[in-house]
Amino acid sequence: MNKSMFTASLLVLALSQINAHASDKAVRIATEGASPPWDAIDANGQLVGYDIDVGNELCRRMKVECTFVAQDWDGIIPALTVGKFDAIMSGMAITEKRKKSIAFSQPYGGGFNQLVMRKDLDLPATDTKAKINLTSVGKDQQVILDQVRATVAKKTLGVLRSSNSEAVLNELFGRVATIRSYDTQENLHLDLVAGRIDGGLADYFTWKTFLDSKDGDVAAFYGPELSGGLWGPGVGIGIRKEDADLVSAFNEAIAGSTKDGTLRELSVKWFGIDISPPPAE
Amino acid sequence: MSAFVTQFTHGLYVTILVATVSGALGTILGLFTAIIKLSQLRLPALIAQGYTTIVRGLPELLVILVIYFGGTAVITAISGRYIEINPLGAGIAALTVVFGAYCAEIFRGAINSISPGQWEAASSLGLSPWQAWLLVILPQMIRVALPAFGNLCVSLVKDTSLISVVGLTDIMRVAFVGAGSMRAPLTFYLAASALYLALTSLSLASFRLLERRFLVPGNEKG
Amino acid sequence: MRLDVIFESIGTLVDGVLLTFVLTILSLVIGLVVSVPLAFLRVSRNIFLSALVLTYTYVFRGTPLLVQLFLIYYGLGQLELVRQSLFWPLLREPFWCALLAFSLNSAAYTTEVFRGGIQSVPSGVVEAARALGLSRTMQMRLVIFPLAFRIVLPSYANEVIGMLKASSLASTVTLLEITGLARRMVSDTFAPFEVFLAAGLFYLLLTFAISKLFQALEAHLTLATLADKPQHPHGRARPAQWQFAGPRRLARNDASSEPPHTHDQRDHPIQPEKMGNHT
Repeated sequence: MNKSMFTASLLVLALSQINAHASDKAVRIATEGASPPWDAIDANGQLVGYDIDVGNELCRRMKVECTFVAQDWDGIIPALTVGKFDAIMSGMAITEKRKKSIAFSQPYGGGFNQLVMRKDLDLPATDTKAKINLTSVGKDQQVILDQVRATVAKKTLGVLRSSNSEAVLNELFGRVATIRSYDTQENLHLDLVAGRIDGGLADYFTWKTFLDSKDGDVAAFYGPELSGGLWGPGVGIGIRKEDADLVSAFNEAIAGSTKDGTLRELSVKWFGIDISPPPAE
Repeated sequence: MSAFVTQFTHGLYVTILVATVSGALGTILGLFTAIIKLSQLRLPALIAQGYTTIVRGLPELLVILVIYFGGTAVITAISGRYIEINPLGAGIAALTVVFGAYCAEIFRGAINSISPGQWEAASSLGLSPWQAWLLVILPQMIRVALPAFGNLCVSLVKDTSLISVVGLTDIMRVAFVGAGSMRAPLTFYLAASALYLALTSLSLASFRLLERRFLVPGNEKG
Repeated sequence: MRLDVIFESIGTLVDGVLLTFVLTILSLVIGLVVSVPLAFLRVSRNIFLSALVLTYTYVFRGTPLLVQLFLIYYGLGQLELVRQSLFWPLLREPFWCALLAFSLNSAAYTTEVFRGGIQSVPSGVVEAARALGLSRTMQMRLVIFPLAFRIVLPSYANEVIGMLKASSLASTVTLLEITGLARRMVSDTFAPFEVFLAAGLFYLLLTFAISKLFQALEAHLTLATLADKPQHPHGRARPAQWQFAGPRRLARNDASSEPPHTHDQRDHPIQPEKMGNHT
């Protein structure tokens, strides 16, 4: 550690002290703000979405003050572990890999994922309502997956960096297709519209918002609805492992708001359907 | 769209804030590093040399990523408890480290260009080493260092755009978010270019004025 | 600090060295080819052409490379006109977009580097060339440019190192060069510090190699011209040392013995004025 690093650390220390006291009680929740309807930044620069509404609802129940901060998806987990904020609510699926680094609350949402491909490729039609749980793939389902794999061969597919979809995409089609990882889903959309990529894999609702928009006309859903596998049991709140109290507080609040139907209401408000977790027995 | 005007105004404010604060801190850091490098203290001089060589040999983007992600981890490890660095603090710290390293080289060159006679004159007048530094060497050094220092400040303004990659809401970040959410990258990045060009032009012009101000009569360059 | 992650990263990042290399070298070559005629236009007596080139270099050196890259990558891709054009098969690929942005940027910096060099070629030499009856083109090709190149060699070395470092920005448009691979590894390992440290090692090694290469080249060229120019190329003798500095810095005080990346050219939009001293 040389002098300059030391000076820099001192500076950072000084800056951090200013914040340390102000946020004693408040819980800081990070969200990406670029994956509507989970989370997005509206035209006024405000964070909005299911994540934000649920977060505020849970905090109200926990009687703590919550502030949402926008944080790039890339590096959102390291930033949590070093204490830049206290929780992540960003449509983040609960997975085994992530559990090695952080703790998760119970799921506060479900959902599924799907491929989207450009329409001008004229690919053979598929059943977009078929459902495949990657945790247990049956014989018929394997046939469907193989068909999809054959059609996306030699195509370029985009996916959000550091996402589960990235891992799944690499696992399913990484050998046959070119995979490009984007820092935001919205930049992926830009390239899909521009025709730089032929398609991509992401959360169904993220796609839905885009496909319904003016530019979304160039692409459509393709192949079966995918869930399970690396995506895990659903979307949960990411919390530092040391903060066991916060995990249980959030779990209690999630159970409460599932029971009285608040989560279902919010889910219908943002997604049009109910993706809230089933109430615990 | 008008909401983005407000956001761009805020982004402009953040960019200027980051540039001025890290510029000021980096100048101090650079000056100290230069003095240490020229001193007879072997170990500190070696460390200072290592600092400037390493930082100047790395992409600025990488320095920022390392400080942003690694800095908090290091400080947390040292202090033994979680300490929050806000993105602003991380951004300023990262740019200070980068700016300081380049500054140190400029200052070192400028100090070296001052005749040793000045030093001898100062000591024969009975000035202590520190008085000599402050009263004799530094004022002369500034004039020599000014053109290169001005250029460095212009590039600092541009380097602030890299901070957007780690999430600070500066001009670049506003453009990035806007380009994505409004799906109009051309408009937003052109707007950002215009703002940066205005800022760099402004700093360039002010340094030209400063240089003229510091010019010693009869010492103009032919 | 997890040493295993560092070693693992080094193994993975090797794959990105080639792309970093290709991007850097190609941008530099294109930048060099474009910048030499531009530099001569920049110093030409035609005010209109000179101003045109100045506008180009001013804008490209006055805005962040990141903005330029995004403008070319996302901005151009937005235009229907571009997507229908001949160039789309190239501009469709992130590699070519990055190369275009880097080359334009490098050309702008290199143009100004050479402008400084051309202007510092002693006017007597140019007059002598003219007296020998060389045409304007031959003067430029045989006399002015070789001399200018020798003068700006240290600045050009900075441009080379600057370009190497700037190539890390390619990671922001999905390219997997050293930094791109590192950022992908971070999302796999959640160990940003270790991975970026490993990436830093690669860049340090490359910058070190480049500065050594240019030092050798400079020494070679200095030796070649030493016969007819025995005194120091910078003319004025530097102060030997200063007291506070101590005697051990004696031999290193001269500015010309600085490693080439003393002043990173990318960080210096305007050439230091002292280049004009030679005339």
